[in-house]
Amino acid sequence: MSTHSTVYIAGLGIISAIGNNVAEHLDAFKNERAGMAGITIIDTIHKGKLPVAEVKLSNEQLISLTGLTEHNSRTALLSLAAAREAVADAAIPGLDELRVGLVSANTVGGMDRSEDFFVEFIADNSKGKLKNVYDHECGSITEIVADKLGITDFITTISTACSSSANAIFYGARLIKNDIADVVIAGGADSLTKFTLNGFNTLMILDEGFCKPFDENRKGLNLGEGAGYIVLVSDKVAETLSTPPYCTLSGYNNSNDAFHQTASSPDGTGSYMAMQGALKMSGLKPSDINYINLHGTGTPNNDSAEGTAVKRVFDPHYPPMSSTKSFTGHTLGASGGIEAVFSALAIRHKIIYPNLRFQTRMNELPFAPVTRYLTGKPVKHVMSNSFGFGGNCTSLIFSEV
Amino acid sequence: MKIYIRSSACVSAQHTLGVQNFLEDIVEYTGNRLPVIEPDYKRYIDPKQIRRMSHVIKMGIAAAKECLAEAGVDMPGAIITGTAFGCMEDTITFLTRIIEYHEELLPPTAFIQSTHNTVAAQIALLLKCHNYNNTFVHKGMSFEGALFDAVMLLKEEEANNVLVGGTEEMVDTSFTVLTRLGLYRRFPVSNLDLFKTVSKGTIGGQGAAFCLLSTDISPDNLAELRAVKTLYKPKDIEEGIAGFLKANFLTITDIDLVINGKNGDINNDEPYKQLEAGLFKETTIANYKHLCGEYPTSSSFALWLASNILKKQVVPEVLLEDNKIVGPPKSVLYYNHYQGKYHSLMLLFAI
Repeated sequence: MSTHSTVYIAGLGIISAIGNNVAEHLDAFKNERAGMAGITIIDTIHKGKLPVAEVKLSNEQLISLTGLTEHNSRTALLSLAAAREAVADAAIPGLDELRVGLVSANTVGGMDRSEDFFVEFIADNSKGKLKNVYDHECGSITEIVADKLGITDFITTISTACSSSANAIFYGARLIKNDIADVVIAGGADSLTKFTLNGFNTLMILDEGFCKPFDENRKGLNLGEGAGYIVLVSDKVAETLSTPPYCTLSGYNNSNDAFHQTASSPDGTGSYMAMQGALKMSGLKPSDINYINLHGTGTPNNDSAEGTAVKRVFDPHYPPMSSTKSFTGHTLGASGGIEAVFSALAIRHKIIYPNLRFQTRMNELPFAPVTRYLTGKPVKHVMSNSFGFGGNCTSLIFSEV
Repeated sequence: MKIYIRSSACVSAQHTLGVQNFLEDIVEYTGNRLPVIEPDYKRYIDPKQIRRMSHVIKMGIAAAKECLAEAGVDMPGAIITGTAFGCMEDTITFLTRIIEYHEELLPPTAFIQSTHNTVAAQIALLLKCHNYNNTFVHKGMSFEGALFDAVMLLKEEEANNVLVGGTEEMVDTSFTVLTRLGLYRRFPVSNLDLFKTVSKGTIGGQGAAFCLLSTDISPDNLAELRAVKTLYKPKDIEEGIAGFLKANFLTITDIDLVINGKNGDINNDEPYKQLEAGLFKETTIANYKHLCGEYPTSSSFALWLASNILKKQVVPEVLLEDNKIVGPPKSVLYYNHYQGKYHSLMLLFAI
């Protein structure tokens, strides 16, 4: 039933701790400028102890940037900022005449506002401002963005922990392939909350310093926040674009590790299956991949499992790889979207991102990530990994047009 | 390609899980919030694990495993769930502890189990199922999102069968907050009188319902799922429904039974009443939310209901408002709206 065989990426939008748009991200990478710092936006006892990668705009600044209101969740503010940039970047002629979808992902919804509500509510169940729970549901975030962008043809929300927005992107591609939509804005957003900060802290997987993905002496992850969206278009729409698309989405796979609710299996079964599945779909060999944007959270468990799976797929010819979470922190439900933007930019600008703060190769692995910003590299095919709680593993492959 | 409902299982306020009779012993509740009839979870889950699981996880696993058992399938080709609120019990537990313990010495279990994909993940874990696994969380369209994905996967020939379900738990906190938001009746009502009393508000509900979609022809299939569609803020819903039927080469006269999402709230039910006087004028209409309560993924209950009606060729009287006698239906149209913004349609046929 597929009438469209190729899905193109026509636009990018992003906001994270290292920039408020695509241009600022490219600049941060070029200057190897990470986004981690002390906590400023959340009122927490972990302030001054745990570094996080906050978007460097206050809610007030984000409200004036997006035109949303003060009761909206920060997740919605971030989501709209990035999604709007992506739509503008794609500059699709006659967008109003096309079937447009929004497939967005997040894990926290409006938890930042619900936390405010809950403090008063716990003391007295008749208290707490109700407008602070309007955006509680994950779906509310998508709805707000869809309404602001005027999208009604198809909207949905996906939440599969840290692989959420990678799944949103490939769901968007399938909507186009199945002739449900001509254009899909896909990706995700998450804001930092006390809920997630404390949650990851109880798991003892937060690094008290800046994270060191894939380093033998890695201690854990740094939480981040942000949003990343790509605009997927059918081949027919791609032909109408005034500037060439960034790349295609040539492969994707969603597999489940089915090992543990939070931990990855030692041999990275789910990650291995996701990477193999995406390669098979794209018709590429492992040696065709020019860059891997690793999930690379910096936790001992993830990097060990992912590294083992990478070894099983790529040994003995390892492409350059890095974890851009060493810049942005782990943006949870936004990470797949943010890293899809980085993947597309790597192809467009022939660049490979450094894995910051890497010092010592992991004993168990025969490879190490790239440590410097590289330019002028032929980047034809990029693999992007996103793995999450619940064993949800997704790999995407982006290819040169 | 035809897509069939191979099996369906449902945990609800009625006797719906693993029973032979079909809505013959209806349970009446008086209040503004329906519980579920708890299954014997030990039949489905290792007792050591049950203690740690929240209500929604237990309900979800029980419905999913019963559904697979009824289909005789050990390993589904994909697992897809829909939930608007996710794991509320664990979310609220963790949120409360953050505040009460001032962020110190928090146990991680509630956080670990609070992610929206927990039910789908736990099913995969129990089955050791490495296949496609996804969770949709879009308000009153969460289950429809999951179902739509399942249909696409089957059409893409990525799987021969897909386990798809909707889950929602109602905890005290969400009930209190949603009551303050004006969703529920202010005074207790019998669920069986829900449509006889005109008032603002409905009755809250919860539940878990799964079905196994399959492309395999089998005499045991419950029904054919012909189409599923969601509409966001349509200009004219009557036109939207007629358009949906037309796209499936049908008109309203081809539909033997409409299952609608009336919930007893005077404002909510207005669009249904307009359709009753318009497009659905000559069609028999069945209600279901008095049996399971109103919740964002109640459409999964409705799909269980529609599949069984078509398999058993009987429309239980409790679904009908005016005690009409209805012949054995060959086709069912499901129509529901959520807060007037989201409208969903499912079209099913007898095998």
